[in-house]
Amino acid sequence: MIKCTECDAEIKIPDDAMENEIVTCPDCGASYELIKSSNGFTIRPAQSVGEDWGE
Amino acid sequence: MKGNSQKTSFSILYDQLRWEEKSLIEAAKKKDVKLDIINCRENSIDLNKDKSTHDSDVILQRCVSYYNNLHSTAAFEGLGAKMINSLYTAIMCGNKLFTHMELAKSGIAIPKAFCAFSNQSAMDILNKNGYPKVIKPVVGSWGRMIALLKDKEAAEAVIEDREHMYPLYHVYYFEEFVKRPPRDIRCIVVGDKVVAAIYRYSGDNEWKTNMALGGKAEACKVTNELEDICLKSAKTLKGEILGVDLMESEESGLVVHEVNNNTEFKNTVRVTEVEIPSLIIEHVVNSNK
Repeated sequence: MIKCTECDAEIKIPDDAMENEIVTCPDCGASYELIKSSNGFTIRPAQSVGEDWGE
Repeated sequence: MKGNSQKTSFSILYDQLRWEEKSLIEAAKKKDVKLDIINCRENSIDLNKDKSTHDSDVILQRCVSYYNNLHSTAAFEGLGAKMINSLYTAIMCGNKLFTHMELAKSGIAIPKAFCAFSNQSAMDILNKNGYPKVIKPVVGSWGRMIALLKDKEAAEAVIEDREHMYPLYHVYYFEEFVKRPPRDIRCIVVGDKVVAAIYRYSGDNEWKTNMALGGKAEACKVTNELEDICLKSAKTLKGEILGVDLMESEESGLVVHEVNNNTEFKNTVRVTEVEIPSLIIEHVVNSNK
């Protein structure tokens, strides 16, 4: 479990989580990118949707 | 193989790890395919290397950023890698006007369209051809900045706004508003097959059918007609893995309105249960033989 830096809610890290995967806080909806660390994963705020993102 | 004795390496290039990219990585693991994972944002590319630097590499391009996608494709392809999809495909699919003209040259049914390069000529062509019309940025995705111009007043308002934007938005691209059911069709092309298709229904209070705007998905049967038009589109744009979007025009039947070179497929997998990630990995592995 990691705490949301916005609202302090607990964010569950999936068992099959991968580095750079995006996780979302279940309470406030903030998005974070998973970063590998010595203890598993830490989080950093995910990049907001870019103007040029798409298919 | 590309004529050398080096073992082919397979990579996935991404800038955001979404469900699609993760499912591709998982599919490669299941198939025991060694897939290198390259985060475009955390790597740099030396453009001065020999053009055969990446000769034995096959790279599946999955960058969600249009500019990252286009430019990293150009860099790696220029250094010898086989990109899926190629730079040609990325250029042609990434611009709606380019796509329109390429498909038109091949006789593929598409919505009628017009373009103009100043606000005055844009208004002139709209007033001449009548309303409603749909204005689309030539480069853009997920329905952003696509607007239905119901009358002259709506057109003037949108075009005036565009004059204060980046010059790309001064290229005015208009399509007819196609009379159709409240849905379109997304077909997933992998190699020489249409592997799955879905209907995409408009979300509540929305005329656009993009899933990113809350549209709903339902499985669609891949008919011979659908397959023919999609594969012809893919061949025209030299694409290997594509999302072809079509409308069911009351007047003209199936018309292709967009071809996506970095297609999303999460909703298509969800409603059709076709293992698209697995099929894509198979295609990537076989593409260099």
